[in-house]
Amino acid sequence: MKKRLNFLIPLILLLVLVFFLGRGLGLDPHEVPSPLIGKPAPGFALTQLDKPEQVIRRDDMLGKVWMLNVWASWCVACREEHPLLVEFSRQKLLPIYGLNYKDERAAGLQWLGNFGNPYDVSLFDHDGRVGIDFGVYGVPETFIIDKQGVVRFKQIGPVTPEVIADKIAPLVRQLNG
Amino acid sequence: MANMRSMGKALVLSVLLAIGVGAARAGEAAPAAADPALEARMLEITAELRCLVCQNQTIADSHADLAVDLRRQVREMLQQGQTDQQVVDYMTARYGDFVLYRPPFKATTALLWIGPGVMAVCGLLLLVLILRRRSRLPDARFEPDAEDADATEQPQAPTH
Repeated sequence: MKKRLNFLIPLILLLVLVFFLGRGLGLDPHEVPSPLIGKPAPGFALTQLDKPEQVIRRDDMLGKVWMLNVWASWCVACREEHPLLVEFSRQKLLPIYGLNYKDERAAGLQWLGNFGNPYDVSLFDHDGRVGIDFGVYGVPETFIIDKQGVVRFKQIGPVTPEVIADKIAPLVRQLNG
Repeated sequence: MANMRSMGKALVLSVLLAIGVGAARAGEAAPAAADPALEARMLEITAELRCLVCQNQTIADSHADLAVDLRRQVREMLQQGQTDQQVVDYMTARYGDFVLYRPPFKATTALLWIGPGVMAVCGLLLLVLILRRRSRLPDARFEPDAEDADATEQPQAPTH
């Protein structure tokens, strides 16, 4: 009896291998899990893109559930994502802050003028240091930060309608209680 | 004679070329920071860190914008007198263990570190088991080796 089933062993090994390789196909090595999730958002003090004299700090945002969307006028994928963000901002589900990453003020403002401005405020991170603190490595990236200033969600790459409907919107509702 | 002269020319040319290449390389390798020791330390640390943008390159190697920024960041941290460990902690706080080419041993990385060893031991055990079982089998169960085979015997055609 035992002998007769021995021929199944290579088949089982093959199935195990296929399972792991199949899972590997579905994983994107560019999506590095962020160690920031569940931790306080890094502190920052940045000027507004359109008002160089107006400084915004992380602690100004405490008490609000808010979205931080990292973008740049040179970023191609941001343009792809942009119409969706503009549409999402009309729902007024939460304040959307932009982080204008390694960009020039004039270029950033022109970009918003051309394609619409979904942001309540855009923060101007000219040298990309705040981006580094947020672990940004592939623009666009999107963070959801809760009332205590803790990062609860991170999307690497453009947000999609599915991500908004299935992850962001339910999370924001839950955080706003 | 003509041969000698052309050889001499070739020699002069190659020397000139070598000097030229040397000069060009020296220009390329000029350290960006004023302090070469610090620059060397910076490169030593960043050579152990993975560039997030081009994932098969180190931060020391990569020309990606982010890698340039991170090298600048590390340079500044070293100038402030921070230790190598502080720099590594700074990176892992932002990008996780993924940035380390040699991740630390802990629960989430245990499989990564032990996995190959476990696989090798399993393979060796399997090999030993199979060899021992075969050594107990009677000779009749094996086909004769080529050199043992009777010379008069016809080469056997496969029967099945």
